[in-house]
Amino acid sequence: MTQDAIAADRSSVATGDVLYSIRDLSVEYGTRAGEVAAVDRVSLDIRKGEILGLVGESGCGKSTLGKAMMRMISPPGRITQGELWFAGEDLMTVSEAQMREIRGARLGMVFQDPMTSLNPLSKIVDHLTETITTHEPSVSEAAARDRAEQLIGRLGLRVERIDDYPHQFSGGMRQRIMIALALALRADLVIADEPTTALDVIVEAQFLDLLRELRAEFDLTIIMITHNIGVVAEVADRVAVMYAGRMAELGSVDEVFLDTKHPYGQGLLRAVPNIELDGSDLYQMEGAPPNLLHTPSGCPFHPRCPHVMPICSEREPAFAEVTPGHRASCWLFQEHDGEGER
Amino acid sequence: MHPLLLSVLIFGVPAAIALGWVFLRGGGALRRYIATRVALTLPMVFVLVSVVFLVLRVMPGDVASATLGPKANAEVRQNIEETLGLDDPLVVQYARFLGQVATFDLGDSFVGARRPVVDELGERLPATLELVLPAAGVAIALGLVLGASAAGHRRRLRDYAVRMFGVVVYSMPVFWLGMLAKGVFSIWLGWTPVAGRIDVLANATLERTTNLLVVDSILSGNWEALRSALHHMVLPVLTLGVSISGLFARLVRINVIETLQQDYVAAARARGLRERTVVGAYAVRNAMIPVVTVIGLQVAILLAGTVLTEAVFNWPGMGLYLVERIKVRDFQAVQSAVAMFALLVAAIGLAVDVVYGVLDPRVEY
Repeated sequence: MTQDAIAADRSSVATGDVLYSIRDLSVEYGTRAGEVAAVDRVSLDIRKGEILGLVGESGCGKSTLGKAMMRMISPPGRITQGELWFAGEDLMTVSEAQMREIRGARLGMVFQDPMTSLNPLSKIVDHLTETITTHEPSVSEAAARDRAEQLIGRLGLRVERIDDYPHQFSGGMRQRIMIALALALRADLVIADEPTTALDVIVEAQFLDLLRELRAEFDLTIIMITHNIGVVAEVADRVAVMYAGRMAELGSVDEVFLDTKHPYGQGLLRAVPNIELDGSDLYQMEGAPPNLLHTPSGCPFHPRCPHVMPICSEREPAFAEVTPGHRASCWLFQEHDGEGER
Repeated sequence: MHPLLLSVLIFGVPAAIALGWVFLRGGGALRRYIATRVALTLPMVFVLVSVVFLVLRVMPGDVASATLGPKANAEVRQNIEETLGLDDPLVVQYARFLGQVATFDLGDSFVGARRPVVDELGERLPATLELVLPAAGVAIALGLVLGASAAGHRRRLRDYAVRMFGVVVYSMPVFWLGMLAKGVFSIWLGWTPVAGRIDVLANATLERTTNLLVVDSILSGNWEALRSALHHMVLPVLTLGVSISGLFARLVRINVIETLQQDYVAAARARGLRERTVVGAYAVRNAMIPVVTVIGLQVAILLAGTVLTEAVFNWPGMGLYLVERIKVRDFQAVQSAVAMFALLVAAIGLAVDVVYGVLDPRVEY
C-alpha cells in the first residue's frame, strides 16, 4: 500500500463509527526456508455494529489476521509491524497483562472446531464462571452462576445442562456455548474463526440466525472469518477478500458480490456452484495460490489473472477506492503510466 | 493388634474412606464404575495367588535339598517333607493354601525357627511400605515439577537439562545408582548411614506397634528414634524415587506440551485467563490422564525395584525377605509374600482406575 493510501485510511479512523482499526499490519512466520509473510501490510476498519465477512482460500492469512487482532500470535510467528486500534488504544503498545484484561472481556473469539475448543475435564458452568470471575473478581461464584445460566438459556440450551461436560453436547450446542463464552462479559467485538465449518447445513443456518439476533440484542460487532461465500452472503454487511496475505477487495455485500472488481473475487464467485446454472461447466481458476515464501512480484495475483497487464508484475497496486467505500487492489481501476492496455 | 494388620490398616483405611467419599459423591456412572472395579479385584487376586502357587511347585529344587544339601539322608528328607506337608497331593496343598489366604493365617515358614509367616511379614511389609511410599511420593513430585517446568521452557536450557536428567536416571539401574549414592553420601561424605533402618541403640528403646518406624516413634514420642529412622530413610528413598522420577518427568513434559497445543488451551487464552490457570487447570490436569496410568504401573514396578534397593541398603523389607527365602525354597514364605505383593499391586491398580474415573468425566465402564 502506498503512503498516500495509508494516510487516507488513517483519516477515516477519526470518523467515529470505527470500532477496530487495523493499520499496515504484517505477521511473519519463521520457517526453515525463511520468513513467510502470512499477513502482509493489511489495513482494515471494522465499523461498530456490523458483521464483516473475511473471506479467502486456505492459507491466505485470514485466520492469522483474526489471531493477530487478539494479539495471540505465538512463536514461530510474530507481528512485525502495524497498529491495532481498538476503542482509542493501540493494542500493540499495551502490556500483556492489559491485553489479557481485554481478551475475553471486550474482544471475544469463537473458534473453528467446537469439539476441541472446550476443556473436556470442566463442566460448562465452570468455563463460564471462570471467565466471568477472572475479569470481574468482585463477582461471587453464585452471581457468576446466575449470569451463566441466563446466558445458556438465552442461547437456547436447557439451563439444567449447565452442569454437564462438553462431551455430552452436540457440535451445534457446543458452538452456542462458545458464543456464550464470548458474550459472558458482553464483548464489543467477536471474532468468529470459521464458526460453522464443523456444523451441518441446518445447524449452520440456525447458528447464523442466532448470530444475527445476538448482534441486535447485545449490540455486537462480528468478524466472520470463513471460506464459505454462502455464509458471508447470508449474514455479512460488508465483505473483505484476502489473497496471499493482502487485502484484495473490500465493500458491502452487494458491491463485492454483484459488482465485483478484483479479478480474484470474480473468479471465486464464478466458481461457486449455482442451482440455477443451466448445465454449463463450473468456472475453474487457473493456477494455484502462491507459495508465500516466494510471493509473485507486483500484484500477487498476476500469474493467475485473466486480465494481466505488464505493470501488474512490476508494481503493486494500491488498495484504493473504486467507488466510495468499495476498495480493490487492482491496476484495472487505477491510473498508471504503465505500458499496459486495458 | 498384629503389626501386619496395623500397617495395612494405616494405609488401607484412609484409602477406603477416600474411595467411599468418591463413591458417594459421584454420579451413577462413576458408582457403577467403582463397584465393577472393586468386584473385579477379588478374582484378579485369586488368579495371581493360584499362578504363584503353581509356578513355585514347577520350579526346580525343594526346601529339603536346599537346606540339607545334595547328599542328605533320604529318611531325614522324607521326615522334613512330611512335617511341612509337602508329601500331600498338590490339590490338597493348594486347597490348604487358599484356606490360609482366606483366613489371613499364612501358616508357618519352612525354615529356621518356623515362625508364623504373618509375623515375619509383619516385620517386612512395614519396612517396604516405609521405603516405597515415600519413594513414590518423591518420584511423582519430582516428575511433576521437572516435567511441567521443562514443558513451560521448551527448547531452553531448563528443558534440555530435564530431558538429560530423565534419560540418565532412567537408564541407570537402581542398584548402581544406590551404590554410587552410598559411595558418595555414606562413605565419602559420611552424611548418611550405610545400611539398615535404624541405629541399634534407638531400636532398643523403640516400642514397636506397627513396625512402621516413623509411625511407632511418633506414637511413643521417641524423637531420637524418629531422627534415626528418618536419617536411615533418606538415601534409599531418594535413590528409588529419583530413579523412577526420570521417566515421570519426561512423560509429564511431553503430555503437557501436547495439551498446551490443544484448541481449548488457545480458547482459554482468548478468554483472558491467566497463564497460570491455563497451564495448571487446563494443560497439567489434562496431561495427567495418561500420566496417572503410567504412574500406577511404575509404582507396581517400584515394588519390584525394592528387591534391588533393599539389597543395596540392607533394608530388611519384603524384597530382601523374598531373596532370602527363594534361595532356601521356603514355599510357604514365598507364596505368601508374593500374594501380599499381588494384593498391593491390585490395590494400586484400583486406586489408579478410580483416580482416572474422577479425573476424566468421559470415562465409562
